[in-house]
Amino acid sequence: MAEANLIILVICLMLYVLLGGADFGGGILELLSRGKASKIVSRAIAPVWEANHVWLILVVVILFVGFPSVYSTVLTALHIPVLLVLLGIIARGSAFTFRHYDIDEERPKAIYSAIFRYSSVFTTFFLGVTVGGLILGEITMDYQLGFYQVYIHPWLNWFSVSMGLFMVLLFAFLAGIFTVSEIEDKDYIIYFTRMTKRLLISLVVMGAIVFATAKVAGHPLLKDFINSPISVACIVIATLALPAFWYFLNKNKGNWLRLTAGLQTTLIVTGWFAIQFPVLVKTKSGHDITIQAAKAPEQVQLFLLIALIVGVLIIFPAMGYLYKTFKFSEEPES
Amino acid sequence: MDEFLAARMQMAVSLGFHIVFACIGMVMPWFMFVAEWKWLRTKNPVYLDLAKAWAKGVAIFFAVGAVSGTVLSFELGMLWPTFMQHAGPIFGMPFSWEGTAFFVEAIALGLFLYGWKRLNKWVHLYTGMVVGISGVLSGIFVVSANAWMNAPSGFDWIDGQAFNIDPVKAMFNKAWFSQAHHMTIAAFSATGFAVAGVHAVLYMKNKLEIHAKAITIALAFASVAAVLQPISGDLAAKNVAKLQPAKLAAFESHFKTEERASLIIGGIPDVENREVKYAIKLPGFLSFLAHGDFNAEVKGLEEFPEEEWPPVPITHYSFQLMVGIGMFLMLIAALFFAGTYKWKHWFEKKWWLRLLAIATPLGFIAVEAGWVVTEVGRQPWIIYGIMKTKDSLTPMPGIQYTFYTITAVYVILTFVVTWLLSRQIQLLQSKYLKNG
Ligand code: HDD
Ligand code: HEM
Ligand code: HEM
Repeated sequence: MAEANLIILVICLMLYVLLGGADFGGGILELLSRGKASKIVSRAIAPVWEANHVWLILVVVILFVGFPSVYSTVLTALHIPVLLVLLGIIARGSAFTFRHYDIDEERPKAIYSAIFRYSSVFTTFFLGVTVGGLILGEITMDYQLGFYQVYIHPWLNWFSVSMGLFMVLLFAFLAGIFTVSEIEDKDYIIYFTRMTKRLLISLVVMGAIVFATAKVAGHPLLKDFINSPISVACIVIATLALPAFWYFLNKNKGNWLRLTAGLQTTLIVTGWFAIQFPVLVKTKSGHDITIQAAKAPEQVQLFLLIALIVGVLIIFPAMGYLYKTFKFSEEPES
Repeated sequence: MDEFLAARMQMAVSLGFHIVFACIGMVMPWFMFVAEWKWLRTKNPVYLDLAKAWAKGVAIFFAVGAVSGTVLSFELGMLWPTFMQHAGPIFGMPFSWEGTAFFVEAIALGLFLYGWKRLNKWVHLYTGMVVGISGVLSGIFVVSANAWMNAPSGFDWIDGQAFNIDPVKAMFNKAWFSQAHHMTIAAFSATGFAVAGVHAVLYMKNKLEIHAKAITIALAFASVAAVLQPISGDLAAKNVAKLQPAKLAAFESHFKTEERASLIIGGIPDVENREVKYAIKLPGFLSFLAHGDFNAEVKGLEEFPEEEWPPVPITHYSFQLMVGIGMFLMLIAALFFAGTYKWKHWFEKKWWLRLLAIATPLGFIAVEAGWVVTEVGRQPWIIYGIMKTKDSLTPMPGIQYTFYTITAVYVILTFVVTWLLSRQIQLLQSKYLKNG
């Protein structure tokens, strides 16, 4: 049962990266593009649904109900980067809404836009740093080691920082795909196709840097990857999909493009999860927190699973209806 | 400031901020629903304008409520990891249902806000109702989690570990119902008086029909709630007397165990000398309130070791403030009913509109005070009788700084939201004047 809940957790995480990623990345992309182009991004992402962070909330709830020691340990050791993520979420979430609903056209909107854009980068970066801290295995519960070792070192290192940058590029890339497949103006399609390609190349380079910094930090990320058949399969498929992706990008095939990009992102997350499994949090002492050690009793898992399944049965048709109403209905709305 | 106090204050600030948006998120959809329904029935376009004007504000409140709620779901673990490690699996079930309710609310709200032209108008009306229902449900689910902290159940506590966890029993704990109905009613009362008050101020400046309609809708909800509130509060108090006698004693600064105990109104509690100065005493009434019998015995704080007393003055003043406001709002509600029935002419009168204007913030002040009563009154326990708040504090030093940061952010956000809303109201107003 715990495994089923964990799988749902990973699915929520993927949806957060995919949907929330396009949304966070929108802010980053606005920053990367100048003048009219950034206006075009902001228009393209306007329908991206601000409530996407419900996926993140689901992750959190599954964690504290199903795997409470993971929740407590992570939020203690990574308190600082998580707080920075939260401040970023507040800033960008409110700035996005204010920009959308402020009646005044120009003056305050420039301020909201600036806050939205910079905090999108900030939030995404620290999200990556937090994930880096989770993977690296410098987390310790030995509070005697002092403030720096316990609360700073696990996330302030080259590996986590490169994970942060990787995340920024990944989210910007996802938003690029979204924008390209959403807009109609030919010139801007070319403009954003070029930008998306550049982002993809930087992403691949950054991925290599992530592996390199892991090696330097003494974390055998590459070895783990090679040893896990699932991760190898994920990487191989993701790489094989690259030419197809490039083709769709050049031909501007919106839906195929999104599908391949979604597939590749999903593969990255799955590949990571496969090497991590069954460890949930790696720690410095080597007493890693595994599923077995962290999971709440079966009874709790059962009720959690029921709640999640019922939730899915209610939510997905509702979301389908929402999507249908807005994607396939003709009438434009002011 | 010490770490422990800072963590408690940070929790209080974050929750106190969130609850305002949560109340509005639970109640405004119902107001919009009624406005739209009236429009469909009467074809008076003013109602449509009203529903649309409200919808703009609700969108802003919803977004800020959502981000502050997201922050809370992390803060619980960042500040109280030991608590969450033990409590998570037990009281987590309502949170997972709450997740579903939030999701449905967000989807329905999306349809409602952007579907004016796309949806069939009755379907549109229906989505408004779904927003309201799921909003109230999500509120009830969280409150049920909080009630579990007051009346822990559904597990066996052996040597600092929980065994035999029963999430259903934990969710339907002994305090959930009394807290849930009181909170839901409070949300309607607070939001209703706030909305009516704002429109009353606007109406005084400008006698537009839209404001008159808005006042009527908001006050109708608020007045029913305000009449039910003291009854519901009385049930809540009886429940507290049964489950958490030390908390009840702190509400009333009731130090000595007595039969025919007096209800204390006002006064300054003097904890050292165990007495209340300058208070009005109504003999027997406390016994009646707590147990439904004027001669019943009410346990005083002296029954409990002093280190298990909640902070008496804060709890006492907050309780008095809440009850005082409750009585005042009930009076306004009575006037509203009287006016609707008989004295219609004074609805236009200055004093009535001024009274409504004065009442604008009162409901929310009572909500905040009520939560202080509940939460501070539970101290020193985080899980009543099971785990002390101080034992669940995060080991991370420097919580003062996170507290200052979070507080500063929420203060700024409060100003921006207020400013944005007041501008929106002004602009709407001028648009309306041009049209009509
Ligand atoms: C508009 C707001 C409002 C008003 C007018 C009142 N209350 Fe209240 N009260 C709340 C809003 C509130 C609240 C914020 O909703 C609380 C906090 C926790 C809860 O469940 O409800 C609460 C808690 C609360 C509790 C504590 C419950 C607990 O600790 O479990 C009691 C005993 C009362 N109330 C009693 C009353 C009485 C006798 C009132 C008489 C008029 C009253 N309240 C008016
Ligand atoms: C939104 C309305 C709420 C408000 C305004 C509120 C207010 C407060 C206040 C004032 C405190 C500080 C008490 C003290 O330490 O003296 C507090 C503490 C706390 N509250 Fe609430 N509360 C609310 C709802 C909830 C809910 C729904 C939960 C959980 C399900 C919750 C969980 C906690 C926890 C864990 C603490 C810290 C431990 C403690 O001080 O006992 N609160 N809250
Ligand atoms: C009595 C206290 C509370 C009530 C009545 C309440 C109610 C609500 C409501 C009605 C919403 C919908 C947002 C809106 O309409 O503005 C909301 C949002 C939210 N609340 Fe609370 N809440 C309370 C306390 C808490 C606590 C203690 C937590 C976290 C542990 C929490 C977590 C959330 C989250 C994560 C959201 C955003 C959900 C989304 O984006 O869909 N709430 N709350």
